Amino acid sequence: MIAKSLNSPLALFLRRFSDNNVAVFAALGLIVIIALAIFAPWITPQNPYDLAQVDILDARLPPGEEAFAGFTFILGSDGAGRDVFSAILYGLRISLSVGVASGLIAMAIGTFIGLIAAFAGGRTDAIIMRIVDLQLSFPAILVALMLVAVLGKGVDKVLIALVVVQWAYYARTVRGTALSERKKEYVEAAQNLGLSAKRVLFFHVAPNCLSPLIVVATIQTAHAIALEATLSFLGLGLPQTEPSLGILIANGYEYMVSGKYWISVFPGLALLCTVFCINLTGDQLRDVLNPRLSK
Amino acid sequence: MLAFFIRRVGQSLFVIITMATLVFFGVNVVGDPVAMLVAPDADQAEIERVIRDFGLDKPIIQQFGLFLKGLTRGDFGNSFIFGEPAIELILDRLPATLELAIGALLLSIVIGLPLGLVAGLFPDHWGSKTIMALSIFGFSLPTFWVGILLIMTFSVSLGWLPSTGRGDTVSVLGLETSLFTLDGLTHLALPALNLALLKISLVIRLTRASVRETMQQDYIKFARAKGLSEFRIVRVHVLKLVLIPIVTVLGLEFGNLIAFSVVTESIFAWPGMGKLLIEAVLQLDRPIIVAYLMLIVVVFVTINLIVDLTYTALDPRVRLGGEKA
Repeated sequence: MIAKSLNSPLALFLRRFSDNNVAVFAALGLIVIIALAIFAPWITPQNPYDLAQVDILDARLPPGEEAFAGFTFILGSDGAGRDVFSAILYGLRISLSVGVASGLIAMAIGTFIGLIAAFAGGRTDAIIMRIVDLQLSFPAILVALMLVAVLGKGVDKVLIALVVVQWAYYARTVRGTALSERKKEYVEAAQNLGLSAKRVLFFHVAPNCLSPLIVVATIQTAHAIALEATLSFLGLGLPQTEPSLGILIANGYEYMVSGKYWISVFPGLALLCTVFCINLTGDQLRDVLNPRLSK
Repeated sequence: MLAFFIRRVGQSLFVIITMATLVFFGVNVVGDPVAMLVAPDADQAEIERVIRDFGLDKPIIQQFGLFLKGLTRGDFGNSFIFGEPAIELILDRLPATLELAIGALLLSIVIGLPLGLVAGLFPDHWGSKTIMALSIFGFSLPTFWVGILLIMTFSVSLGWLPSTGRGDTVSVLGLETSLFTLDGLTHLALPALNLALLKISLVIRLTRASVRETMQQDYIKFARAKGLSEFRIVRVHVLKLVLIPIVTVLGLEFGNLIAFSVVTESIFAWPGMGKLLIEAVLQLDRPIIVAYLMLIVVVFVTINLIVDLTYTALDPRVRLGGEKA
C-alpha cells in the first residue's frame, strides 16, 4: 500500500522535482506569488483603484511612512498617493491573467495545428511547418510591436499579439512529439480497434504530448508576462485602466531621476521574481519530464 | 553549391514577398489607413481628399501593385510627421542602431564565453552551478527595467556614465560613429550592456553545452593520450569546435539584437531606428512603420542567408544533396 503510493507517478514526479533545491524554492515562490495575486483584495491595506481609499496628500512617500488612513506604506506610495505594495499585488493579477490567458489560448491553437501537421503529413505538414519557421525566425517583440501597431491598444489586442507570438512554439513541440508518438503500439492498437482518426488524435495522442507541452507552457508564460510588461512600458500594451506591472514601472519612471526609486523599482522586482520563479520551475520541469534523461 | 545558392536566394526572396504581403494587408486591411491618415475631427471633404491622394479609392489589388512597385525602389512614401522619405529617415538612424547592436554583441561574447567555458569544463563545481543559475536569472531580467536600474545607479546616483543620447561622433569611412570617441564610448556603455544582458546568458548556456559535448569526444581523449596539456586541449581543440555553433547562433541573434534595441533605445534616448519606430507607432506614422518592418525583414532574411551559406562553407560535415563527399 505505502510502497504503491510512493511509486505513483505523482510521487515519483515530486521526488525527482525536489532533487533540485533551487527549483523547489522557485516553485514555492511561484505558489506564494499566485496566492498573493488571487487574494490581493484581502491582503492589501487598500484598494489602490478605489478613489475613496486613496489620498493624494499621501503621494510619493518613501517606504515606511504612514498613510493618512493609518496603515504603513511598506513599499512607499506612488505619484497619486496609492500604496505601491497594493498596486503591485493588483498589478500581478493583471500581468498573470494576461500571461496565463494568452498562454492557454496559444496552447490550444498551437496544439491543434501541431497535431494536424503531424497526422496530415505531406503538403499540409510542409506548409504549416514553413509558416512556423517563418514566424519563429522573427523576434517576438517585433511581431508583437507590429501587431499592436496595426491593431491598436487594448486588452484584447495585446492578447491577440501575445497569442500570435506564442502559438508556433506549441505547434512545433506538439508536432515533434506527435510524430514520435504516432509510431507507438498504442496508436496502432487504437486504430485497429476501428476508432476514428479524430478520436485517436485528440484522445490518445494528445494526452501523451502533455509533458513537453507543460514545459513549453511554463517558459512561454514567463515570456508572455515579460513581453506584455515591455509593451505596456513602451506605451503600446495595456491601457492605463489595466495597470499591470509594466504600467506601474512606466508610471514610476518619471520619478526615477528625482530619486524616488521605489515607485518603479519594486514593481520591477515583483516582475523579475515572477518571471525568474517561472523560468526556474520550467527549467527543472524540463529535466524531470524529459524522457531521454529519466533513469 | 551553385544550385543550393540559387535555391536559398530564391527562398529568401519568397520570404520577403510573403512578409511584404502580410505587412501591406496588415496595415491596409486590418488597420484602417484612413483613420491613421486624417485627424479625428476632419470633415468629409478632407477625408475624401486624403483617400484620393493616397490612392485608397483604387481596388486593393491595384494598391498592392503600387506598394510592391514602391518596394523595389525603396519608396515607402513620406513620413507624415517629418515630411521626408520614410526610408531615408530610417537609414539615417541605422548606423546608431548597428553600433549599439555590435557593442552588445561584443560584450556578450567577452563576458559570456569565459563564463560558459568555466561552467562547461567544471560542471559539478559550485561556481559553475552559480553561473548557470545566474544565466537563468539573466533570461528573466526585464530589459527595460534593468535599463532603468542602470540609469539610476550609474548616471543618477554615481554620475559615472551619461544616460541619454549618443555623444560625440566621428566620421569613419563615411559613416558617423561614436565607436571611436571616448565620449561616444561612455554613452554607448550603458545601453550596450543593457542590450547585451539576455545574450550573455545565451552565450553562457551555449558555450557550456557545447564544451560538455566536445569534451566527451574521442579526439579529446586521443589528445590527452598524446600527452597534451589540458590548457592546450581546451585552447586548440575544444575552443575551435565550440566557436562554430556560437558564431552561427550569434549571427542569427544579431537581427534579434537590432529588434530588441527598440526597447533599449527608448529608455536611453539612443537616436537609432528603434526609437524612431516607437515614436512612429505612437503617432501612427504609417510610412515609417512599413519601411522599418520591411527593412528589418530584409536584414533578417539576409542574415539568415549569410549564416546558412557560411555554415555550409565552414562545416565540413554539412554535405549538400547531390554533391559527392
